[in-house]
Amino acid sequence: MSAQYIPVILAFGFAGLVAVTLVGLSWMLGRGKLRAVRKTETYESGMPLLDGSRKRVSVKFFVVAMVFIVFDVEVAFLLPWAVSVRELLAEGNKLVIVDGLVFLVLLSVGYVYLWREGAFDWSRRGSES
Amino acid sequence: MWAELAVTTAKVVVVALAMVTTVPIMVWVERRGAAFIQDRLGPNRVGPLGLFQPVIDVVKLIFKEDVTPAAANKGLYYLAPLISLGVAMVTFIVIPFGAGHDVSLFGVPLRGLIVAPDLNVGVLYLLAIGSLSVYGIVLAGWSSNNKYSLLGGLRSSAQLISYELAMTLAVLGVLMATGSLHLSDVVARQSGAVWHWNAVTQVIGFAVFLVAAFAETNRLPFDLAEAETELVAGYHVEYSSMKFACFFMAEYLNMATASALTVTLFFGGGTLPGVTLTGWLGLFVSTAVFVAKMCFFLWLFVWVRWSLPRFRYDQLMQLGWKGLLPLATLNLVWVGIAMTMGWLR
Repeated sequence: MSAQYIPVILAFGFAGLVAVTLVGLSWMLGRGKLRAVRKTETYESGMPLLDGSRKRVSVKFFVVAMVFIVFDVEVAFLLPWAVSVRELLAEGNKLVIVDGLVFLVLLSVGYVYLWREGAFDWSRRGSES
Repeated sequence: MWAELAVTTAKVVVVALAMVTTVPIMVWVERRGAAFIQDRLGPNRVGPLGLFQPVIDVVKLIFKEDVTPAAANKGLYYLAPLISLGVAMVTFIVIPFGAGHDVSLFGVPLRGLIVAPDLNVGVLYLLAIGSLSVYGIVLAGWSSNNKYSLLGGLRSSAQLISYELAMTLAVLGVLMATGSLHLSDVVARQSGAVWHWNAVTQVIGFAVFLVAAFAETNRLPFDLAEAETELVAGYHVEYSSMKFACFFMAEYLNMATASALTVTLFFGGGTLPGVTLTGWLGLFVSTAVFVAKMCFFLWLFVWVRWSLPRFRYDQLMQLGWKGLLPLATLNLVWVGIAMTMGWLR
């Protein structure tokens, strides 16, 4: 049963080999040239940096991540249903479509709530217009 | 046993190298295509029609000085491009590039030009591994210790996960119609006639999938992650030499994978309506048909890039969450009703 994963392992090995070879090659060939301190400074706009690079970021990113987790789990629930629909319909079990629709309706209740709360509006100005 | 392993290894190497070869070709097509769209010549000095320009560029990039920013987190900084390129090189192994179920090589049945024909998670593998690419981008953005990189990486991760939902929902419609996770079954169900193609029976799903594919590959009009006018180069500002090229190659590989996936899921893969061929001829013809269809979508990527302006970030998020997500769900409902009514084959 696990023999089906042999090609996957081989592909991962080959991809890793190619990636490491390319980077390693340029690491070896691109070494030992002019070393200037300026070169390794953090790039901004030609000016010396006045502060650190890691600052607080908009909370919107976290909201998107949380909403994504919720919906991704819902999609994960839908996957086995979607794959088995055809077989069940062929057996004359038409209720399976109703099952899916009920799930989608329940999902859309949460979706409408998030929409009205403004979870999908990136800028507040955008939501007013 | 050993012969089987040898054939599998050969398939891994052949398919991976073929996909990697599309990268320099696409770089050339992109630059020449852009030039023609903008009414100029583009690179035309190195080799016939400038065809060797990408090769020269690779040689140049390998010999470039390998600069590591002093402020960077070294380990993650080196790991990020490896993840990006590595992931881009393993996503396409479940895509059937050609038929040939009756062909055998050295006594081993070839089972089509597909690296992992037996993988029972099929499409799920593709979606799972495909979404790993976000790690490369986020790690690059974080470890570079640069404002532009950080913003580019964050933007990109939010964009990728937003559009992944719509993409997965669009794929669900295809899975419903197929009843299997094997991509070869998806192709087999679309054979016979053009109106069996999922692009015809599920127009909404196809439209959602195509838009989401553009967003997932970070291509214009959705290249907010590296919006030059705002973020210089986004998550790879601090990268140079071959490490930069890794991100670059990964982008073009993802583009090729997205094109191949679109052809497989919605355009009948390597099947030609009304033509049934067997043996080696069938293998070659179906591969040629697949590549021809794929070329169209690859050109579409270039065409769109040089024709449409970039989205604003709030517009991008609104399109993903308020536009594509309901549309993809609508497609699911449509497929469900059509299947109950027996409209779909």
